[in-house]
Amino acid sequence: MKKDLITVNQNGLYCESGDFYIDPWRSVNRALVTHGHSDHARYGSSKYLCADRSLHIMQSRLGRGAHIQTVVYGKTMTINGVEVTFYPAGHVLGSAQILVSYKGERWVVSGDYNVSPNRSCDPFEPVKCDVFITESTFGLPIYNWKPEEEISAEINAWWRINAFENRACILYGYSLGKAQRLISLLDPTIGKIITHPGVEALNNAYRLTGVDLPLTIPLNEIKDKKGFEGAIIIAPPGAEGSSLEKRAGESETAFASGWMQVRGNRRRLNSDRGFVLSDHSDWKGLISAIQQTGASRVLVTHGFVNTFVRWLNENGFNAAPLETMYSGDAGDDDTAGTGEEQG
Amino acid sequence: MKDFALLFRSLEETTSTNRKISALISFYESAPREEISYAVLYLTGNKPRRIVSSALMRSWAAEEAGIAEWLFEECYQVVGDLSETLSLIIPDSGKSGLFKMGEIVGKVFPLLAAADEATKKEIVKDIWRNMSVNERFLFNKMIGGSFRVGVSSQIVITSLSRYSGLPESVIAQRLMGKITPSADFIDVLLAEETTRDISRPYPFALAYPLGNEPEELGEPGEWQAEWKWDGIRAQLVKREGKVFLWSRGMELINDSFPDIISAAAELPEGTVLDGELLVMLDGKVLPFNSLQQRIGKKSPGKKLISANPVYLMAYDIPEYDTADIRDLPISERRIKLNQVISGFKGDDNRILLSPVLDFNSWSELREIRRGSREMGVEGLMLKRKSSPYFDGRKRGDWWKWKVDPLTVDCVLLYAQPGHGRRAGLFTDYTFAVWDNGKLVPFAKAYSGLTDKEINEVDRFVKANTIEKFGPVRSVTPMLVFELAFEGLQLSTRHKSGIAVRFPRISRWRRDLDIKDADDLQKLKEYLKAISPGDADAGS
Repeated sequence: MKKDLITVNQNGLYCESGDFYIDPWRSVNRALVTHGHSDHARYGSSKYLCADRSLHIMQSRLGRGAHIQTVVYGKTMTINGVEVTFYPAGHVLGSAQILVSYKGERWVVSGDYNVSPNRSCDPFEPVKCDVFITESTFGLPIYNWKPEEEISAEINAWWRINAFENRACILYGYSLGKAQRLISLLDPTIGKIITHPGVEALNNAYRLTGVDLPLTIPLNEIKDKKGFEGAIIIAPPGAEGSSLEKRAGESETAFASGWMQVRGNRRRLNSDRGFVLSDHSDWKGLISAIQQTGASRVLVTHGFVNTFVRWLNENGFNAAPLETMYSGDAGDDDTAGTGEEQG
Repeated sequence: MKDFALLFRSLEETTSTNRKISALISFYESAPREEISYAVLYLTGNKPRRIVSSALMRSWAAEEAGIAEWLFEECYQVVGDLSETLSLIIPDSGKSGLFKMGEIVGKVFPLLAAADEATKKEIVKDIWRNMSVNERFLFNKMIGGSFRVGVSSQIVITSLSRYSGLPESVIAQRLMGKITPSADFIDVLLAEETTRDISRPYPFALAYPLGNEPEELGEPGEWQAEWKWDGIRAQLVKREGKVFLWSRGMELINDSFPDIISAAAELPEGTVLDGELLVMLDGKVLPFNSLQQRIGKKSPGKKLISANPVYLMAYDIPEYDTADIRDLPISERRIKLNQVISGFKGDDNRILLSPVLDFNSWSELREIRRGSREMGVEGLMLKRKSSPYFDGRKRGDWWKWKVDPLTVDCVLLYAQPGHGRRAGLFTDYTFAVWDNGKLVPFAKAYSGLTDKEINEVDRFVKANTIEKFGPVRSVTPMLVFELAFEGLQLSTRHKSGIAVRFPRISRWRRDLDIKDADDLQKLKEYLKAISPGDADAGS
């Protein structure tokens, strides 16, 4: 049997022929990185390669000192005789699926991906391959996303009612990706959009990359309670229950995540509302992505791994689990990480 | 049905009472009348009866979604609620607002109830295809008979009172008793004048647990003390020659207790008694499970009745001589209660007077309370002598002063995901104590930990699973908890040979190692202290 082009070792996903890692969880010599979330882009490797649309995010995450090389989507590079190409994954700005080709064999490492449209980043692009490595964060048929326009309407309606009654809205979402997507979905004619520092740092990375976000006001510029009336505050979930809610005066809170699809999670939450908005693919999205690759073998990482593998095998795919250290949606919560890296 | 589905969702999403009330009021202001009627009925405990079994709904939904049974199970484990799982896996058509509540309740329900299985399936599937996820969820809850929502009747009553301007007590009483669901129910409920329903009980006056020492209540002379019986709270209504027995859950339980109903024939006209149903033999109260044998049984046989004779231990009288006397102080109501009960003739009176305990000081009463467990009661009730019979719970007048629970330190052995609010988290635990060097499971408990602690235990379970049996996981014995319970008795159904009553986690003993957990012997000693005979039989 032929040796696998990409294997997992103690450091991460490894391509022996090219002597490089993809999203390693330990420090290595050369790391190709799918996107900026902390479970994929880890501090400490000697050299990084990412999509050029990810550069500002990577710099904000890894610090200016990190050695980061970039490549545009669709352009093929050769590393030790192995060809690598980055394609948009639709997850967050600059997120990529990495195609690795060697001796006529094509493997795609998809990192985290979302096939449904997201107006704050480049759309997912299907890539033909022999082996497709997929996530399964929302790999159950109970997860079905509505189009983002509908969620946008729900959020703006909620904000409008509260603004009308002079209440502030606090909307929690992961600081990289979810927060910027939320901001891009807001109707800035309703009121001020105020951002937590963890979110604002990444807004700048988005703006520097050329994404057009509405005007946001950093939290520390708001001096009194009056300044919060009718405004919406975008903050990472880690700021929940902190002094923020006290500072904002009379307010309603909400959390935006794919997990909000399930009532138990909404009720367990301390927030008033739960909006179902995810940067990962839903059930149908995962299946359609896999179909479009035409892959003869599917390897499933983080999420509902065993369930999804079983379903794939029962439905004409050839699938197996692949044990990694990625954490899916939980890895998107970079609240803690952001603080460290800025320090 | 769209409005109701939205209301249901907003009621569930907020924990704030005020927000729930304002969500209800805006629903009354905007929803169609018939939708309000059914919503109010369902939210105040008159839930619809099951017309379709969950097994059938499960298989229809899996079929409609084109997924295998095992995958459905996986989804159910994550969602933790069957109706919700069904509503989520069915492909969404984007349709909503096509069904009126009146149509669903008035036409679809009777049609479903009468249909054969194949027709039922067609009807249900067709409705599913034409509803939004929210509506489907509510519809499934209704036809599956599992309608429950995180809103108390009291909140509904308050919101209706604010909306209509009628006093809460009037609405509360109109909501009592047997109600026939109808599309114009809301108009009847909020009408200025209504004819009186003779079966209707009063809203039960409820007590708060006494958090502090009784000394803080002030002068002992201002308080009346009674035993706190461990039975079923009930109101016995006698009007126009007819008798109605109501449980606190507002169920008419005449059928289960013919012995009480026939005894009530002697009651004077226009009387409502409030008290506790108890099983007693030779003047001694039997443990709660003998009463349990009677509760479930409609039209019990002679044998069951004579082996488990039920008594009403009466302690209050909201209606006397056809007059509502709830505003009189309890000291005066007590005199009327005495008169009514002493009027009984014959030897085996099934309606008894709950005695008022004699005490001069709080320390004396504390001494009396120590005898609770032997008496077979849960502790004491303290009622301010000047207190009226109020609607529902009011802080300050009535207190329950229960005996301190029994406790045991035990080891977490198994865990299982919870349901509803706790879906997807490991929250249902099985605990064990030592027995000859082995851990034997003896009790399950669901509550008592904070949300933060629950998350921590959840992570522990996931990281320390030994084996999975369906949803249940066995975990490495490492965590010790103090379990509190109200009583215990011998049981052949439990591995440990002992069943405990109302077990709950009282604290997490992070300071203890599993070797410090208690031995089964401690439970046996508790048992011996309460009922010496039983413990001997067990060993």
